[in-house]
Amino acid sequence: MSKSCSILFAGFGGQGVLFAGKFLAYKGLDEGKQVSWLPSYGPEMRGGTANCSVIISDDPIGSPIISEPDILVAMNLPSLDKYESTVKKGGKIIIDSSLIGRKVERDDVEVFYVPATELANKNNTPKLANMIIAGKLMKECDVIAYDHMREALAHVVSARHQDMLEVNLGAIEIGYNA
Amino acid sequence: MAEKVLMKGNEAIAEAAIMAGCRHYFGYPITPQTEVAAYMAKRMPKIEGGVFLQAESEIAAINMVYGVAATGKRVMTSSSSPGISLKSEGISYIAGCDLPALIVNVQRGGPGLGGIQPSQSDYFQATRGSGHGDYHLIVLAPASVQEMASLTFKAFNLADKYRMPTMILADGTMGQMMEPVSLDMGEVETYEKPWALTGTNMEREHNIVNSLSLVPEELEKFNFERFEKYKAIEENEALCEEFMMEDAEICIAAFGIASRVSKNAVIEARKQGIKAGLIRPITLWPFPKKAFAKAADKVKSFISVEMSMGQMIEDVKLATECKKPVTLCNRAGGMIPSPEQVLEAIIEANKGGDK
Repeated sequence: MSKSCSILFAGFGGQGVLFAGKFLAYKGLDEGKQVSWLPSYGPEMRGGTANCSVIISDDPIGSPIISEPDILVAMNLPSLDKYESTVKKGGKIIIDSSLIGRKVERDDVEVFYVPATELANKNNTPKLANMIIAGKLMKECDVIAYDHMREALAHVVSARHQDMLEVNLGAIEIGYNA
Repeated sequence: MAEKVLMKGNEAIAEAAIMAGCRHYFGYPITPQTEVAAYMAKRMPKIEGGVFLQAESEIAAINMVYGVAATGKRVMTSSSSPGISLKSEGISYIAGCDLPALIVNVQRGGPGLGGIQPSQSDYFQATRGSGHGDYHLIVLAPASVQEMASLTFKAFNLADKYRMPTMILADGTMGQMMEPVSLDMGEVETYEKPWALTGTNMEREHNIVNSLSLVPEELEKFNFERFEKYKAIEENEALCEEFMMEDAEICIAAFGIASRVSKNAVIEARKQGIKAGLIRPITLWPFPKKAFAKAADKVKSFISVEMSMGQMIEDVKLATECKKPVTLCNRAGGMIPSPEQVLEAIIEANKGGDK
């Protein structure tokens, strides 16, 4: 059966939501899937809100715009408030519970509370909460496989930051096992 | 085939332009097309003969394009809606001098300074010749990042072939989104340019590139000649994609990102047993009239899905000679219609029966 997964990755600007989304898109591309990545763009900067819509599918992708995501990642409270109601019935919500105090109100979605920022700090990689969440997402999303991570990461980690590859891999692993 | 890479639409335009032999880029930053300029700023200095120049204004940039175009070199500029208005005087001069050049418009909501979110409300401006006087641009409307690249490449070939400015009419979504792209663009077509200002070397007569013509009889002649050329283009270069049109009863007309949304709606309508289909103009000028004329004899009605207050709908009505009802399904000001909104319009149109 052909599979498809739409992911809305949302948080503050600076948390790396666009980066994490790009990584997922490349992972899909490496596996020969159809992918699209659409960022919110606007006067956002560090501290403002940012999100990206990622679709990974076996079939050609129609609209890259996601009105009902299969999976919502909320890395801050405004994102959860704004998008909780949009998630598809039976969909999944992954939350950075270090930054979001409240619980998800809906009972028709599966929710994963990951203290990503806390885990990132403990791991001495405070900027990589995004990749910890991405790791968790890979476990819960059955459209992409948890393998050949290094190759997918190499596409998105810029040439001058190749030394960051290992720590990103480590963060994804922490999230996957969280 | 070349390996697929993930690129933003804006970057795909820039890379394809370089592959098409464009070595001169003049621009001025404006959201949501700035990545075109940023990419050119990075790449052009590393290429032999490559020029990237950020001008002091849009008006300066288009006149630099005018200058390079007169020498016969491949040249482009890019901007977003308000910037294209500023460039339109220069575009008219380029058209009046019969010069090839590429202008990219990554549209945003208007009028005025408007907003920065995606829009398609420059359709009239693009398809009716953006500035003063009688002229057209060949206008190409990509609906994927792959087409942002392939149509840019094609636009340079068409500009040289017909000696006229061409335009890529995209929007903020197409510019910002990333999709896999194969940069396998094929052959660069080369054309003789005996009219180009390259220096006589004291070996030939002067070439003159000029749009001023004070004798009305002459100016009229130029206009008639130019429109003969336009007629040939309308005959030969109109392009569209037809999706599920074989047995369609409701036909959607949509281009660019609106066509992607519409495709989702067509698939959903089919699941509900409604025979919907889509005609997606790839060239907005020349408008793919024949496809619509053919559909007008078969379908019950048309829906024009646009991110504007309804502009392309006029071309749909003209092409179909109003044989069947044409309704508008639209959002404006930077909003994008949802597949659900388009589906509702399809259901509504389907209720119209055989009236």
